Amino acid sequence: MIDYESILSEKVKEMKPSGIRKFFDLAANTEGVISLGVGEPDFQTPWAVRKTALDVLERKRMIYSANQGMNELREEISAYLDRKYNIKYDAKGEVIVTVGGSEAIDLAIRALVNPGDEVLIVEPCFVCYKPIVELMHGKAISISTKQENRFKLTADELRSHLTDRTKLLILPYPNNPTGGIMTREDLEAIAEVLRDTNVLVLSDEIYSELTYGRKHCSIAEIDGMWERTIYVSGFSKAFAMTGWRLGYVCAPQPIAVQMLKIHQYAIMCAPTMSQYAAITALRDCDREVEKMTEEYNVRRRILVDGFNRIGLTCFEPEGAFYVFPCIRSTGMTSEDFCARLLEEEKVAVVPGNAFGESGEGFVRVSYAYSLKHLMEALKCIERFVKRHTQGE
Amino acid sequence: MKKQLIALLRQNARLSNEQLAVMLGATEAAVAAEIRALEEQGVIMGYSAIVNEEKIEQEQVTAIIELRVTPQKDCGFEEIASIITQYEEVESLSLMAGAYDLAVTVKGANVKDIAMFVSQRLAPLSGVLSTATYFILKTYKEKGIFIETEEKDERGFFCP
Repeated sequence: MIDYESILSEKVKEMKPSGIRKFFDLAANTEGVISLGVGEPDFQTPWAVRKTALDVLERKRMIYSANQGMNELREEISAYLDRKYNIKYDAKGEVIVTVGGSEAIDLAIRALVNPGDEVLIVEPCFVCYKPIVELMHGKAISISTKQENRFKLTADELRSHLTDRTKLLILPYPNNPTGGIMTREDLEAIAEVLRDTNVLVLSDEIYSELTYGRKHCSIAEIDGMWERTIYVSGFSKAFAMTGWRLGYVCAPQPIAVQMLKIHQYAIMCAPTMSQYAAITALRDCDREVEKMTEEYNVRRRILVDGFNRIGLTCFEPEGAFYVFPCIRSTGMTSEDFCARLLEEEKVAVVPGNAFGESGEGFVRVSYAYSLKHLMEALKCIERFVKRHTQGE
Repeated sequence: MKKQLIALLRQNARLSNEQLAVMLGATEAAVAAEIRALEEQGVIMGYSAIVNEEKIEQEQVTAIIELRVTPQKDCGFEEIASIITQYEEVESLSLMAGAYDLAVTVKGANVKDIAMFVSQRLAPLSGVLSTATYFILKTYKEKGIFIETEEKDERGFFCP
């Protein structure tokens, strides 16, 4: 018998499986679950994008593209970032098309982190940063953000975590799971702290199209930050293209060159069909994106109002498609709340601590669902909360 | 706000002004005023329910009738259209571009009723050249609402 335990990579064995695994099983065994748990759009990919894919399937050969992605697409990404966020990347040497935003994150971390390097991770946040840092023998340092600051990163919080081993700050805004954003002023304060250091920023801006009431601002646009920023984004959220697996990473050329080597050996190139389709997304889908955003905004307002009414206080998130209500008034932990809500009312939400310890006391509620669905779920949650705040 | 308000009411006209105000980020008074204005201007002409006819006990038949018509000298299709709209069996009437001129949607208790309506009321009208009647067998989607077949959510329950 092979003793696999002794053979497998120590680092990989140390990786924790996803914190919400047990909820998967619980939900899978429950009939008629109303889920508010997913992090992907409920909208269909815009027709123009799908049509492009159909056309190229008919007419073109699906061969490898250039490693860094098709020329035309990189040009289009470069033009789009300039047009939307006023950030400038040279399509030739500073843009790499990746398999989703996920691969872009992986490339950035792997290209930068040496053993023992400290990587600051702003939490609560998406679940992939820490495991990848640790796989690279880096040290993941959490920075907890607070509800009273609308889950923004403050300059003080950043400053108090900086050491001479700090290599990288991972800045995920608009934020999954909180829906928090960083305004230009917020970013200026962060830039002020970083400008005289060698600390780089991995800015995960995958939700940048989904902001409400104000336009997204990228840290790469702030004075002195472009040269220390690795910009990550993709097509999944804005264009409802999760399954197409397409994202991109932009960085100063010396970093891009290194990332490209990893991408070239590990991935070769992003799916060619998706790349063709993505050109159409960037070129012709502004109106569709706007329509989806308007619809998300209506849902966002109904949830924020609904949760506050129920007594689960909820700050007003200005980005992504999540609200992050506080459930402490029920006296339950996040996991308890989610398990019992699922059991008693068959409504699935994600415990906040799945996104870092500072998410404890909160739950993530996605509004990538129809209004009808959301309103029905709200009723169930209201019933549940009433029962557990009066009845105990 | 006007455009979004109309879009929301199209989806569900029973949303309260309070709910609409939350959804639109406006005050209840502003929503009430806007709806009143839309009604007064005749933009919103009424509110009705979307009904799954198959679930109503009482049997009903719907047909779409294509009419070819000779337009009249001074008023084109207006006069014959105004006559047809008077019949209470007529649910909708539209002037079409294409192979025929008027599309009439008619509801009746049974096929015979509709056949009688076409042969005795529509066909004899002066100017009508021909009629073609199509009976609706089943409706899958109406006014953007799926009848019976709910759209299935293929996404999982959770994903980070």
